Amino acid sequence: MINKIFASPQAAVADIHDGATVMIGGFGNAGMPLALINALIDQGARELTVVNNNAGNGDTGLAALLQAKRVRKIICSFPRQVDSHAFDALYRAGQIELELTPQGNLAERIRAAGAGIGGFFTPTAYGTLLAEGKETRVIDGRHYVFETPIHADFALIKAHCGDRWGNLVYRKTARNFGPIMATAAKCTIAQVARVAELGELDPEVVVTPGIFVKRVVPPAPGQEMQP
Amino acid sequence: MKRLTREQIAMRVAHDIPEGAYVNLGIGLPTKVSNYLPAQREIILHSENGLLGMGPAPSPGMQDEDLINAGKQPVTLLAGGAFFHQADSFAMMRGGHLDICVLGAFQVSAGGDLANWHTGAPDAIPAVGGAMDLAVGARQVFVMMEHQTKTGESKIVEQCTYPVTGIACVDRIYTDLAVLDVTPAGLVVREILADISFAELQEATGVKLAGRS
Repeated sequence: MINKIFASPQAAVADIHDGATVMIGGFGNAGMPLALINALIDQGARELTVVNNNAGNGDTGLAALLQAKRVRKIICSFPRQVDSHAFDALYRAGQIELELTPQGNLAERIRAAGAGIGGFFTPTAYGTLLAEGKETRVIDGRHYVFETPIHADFALIKAHCGDRWGNLVYRKTARNFGPIMATAAKCTIAQVARVAELGELDPEVVVTPGIFVKRVVPPAPGQEMQP
Repeated sequence: MKRLTREQIAMRVAHDIPEGAYVNLGIGLPTKVSNYLPAQREIILHSENGLLGMGPAPSPGMQDEDLINAGKQPVTLLAGGAFFHQADSFAMMRGGHLDICVLGAFQVSAGGDLANWHTGAPDAIPAVGGAMDLAVGARQVFVMMEHQTKTGESKIVEQCTYPVTGIACVDRIYTDLAVLDVTPAGLVVREILADISFAELQEATGVKLAGRS
């Protein structure tokens, strides 16, 4: 019997190794897998490369992982925000490497990794600082920049419901990077608000088929969402 | 000189957005445009974090942390709206499916180059988000900004001195003084919005205007 349900966030993140590349879902706090990040902080893995749209908000979640000095490098599109003080301090102190990538390139680089594509030409960022040193090509009279895929060892994402085969559905704009990150990591771990029975999720509305998901982490007791 | 307020610029932009348009309003000043879209037109707002059919801010107490816009503020979803992931959201932009995006700017060049993501200051932490994707992706790129900086320098320039967001990507500029079209012949004045003459508008603009339409 296939059963991807893990007993706890701690068990699900136990094998994340030092130096791992970890994708973390979420756009700001919407879709950020807080329980998994907290478990990763407790677990202690260091020298991580983190892929996220932002670089943490406030002092919880990704910001707390940064403050714990566990992240060597971050690949993101929008680090600077009103409440990004955790990242700002590390960056100004030269204690974190930043790879800034336009948001659509970030998404497509993740998608390409998950789809087995070795790279792609995009018009985004042509002629800008963010395309410096990159291969360019003119296709049908338009300028394009070559971008490479981003693969990860682990993806930590948040979904609304998941079943024991790993099928996932999301909730509203918390979907954001979850479905593409799920495809791009060797081991995708999904924190869900509710575990569904096998067959309960309508196959017509499953967003992430279970093939992309290795581990499903239910909510802590007393925190389950009602169906 | 009587310049338009920011609200009035937003109102002027909204006036030009047609029935049925799929539109992305950038973070900051362009967000104000949504307050003035004519109620009788069905206009579908896209937010790059993954929704189409974005509605106004929720009433107090009705906020949902899973339903936010690109500025991470709580929003609502209109009947007929949809959610999607990031790769689809940016396919909508890059693939030319959005009719219009409205962006703020530090500078726009006479050739339609846009600078709006980074001041280039040595101590600035760069952040780009979806700005470069919007600039190259939407079928029409409208910029709304003040015509001049606080110190009176034209924000319409021959060559951008700030790092660019996109090359030759701007189609139209709405300022507190005028509406200008970027054309192969140069900047053409579509409408003067302040109580000034063409000569005075030229005086306030850092490049030679190509005439009036």
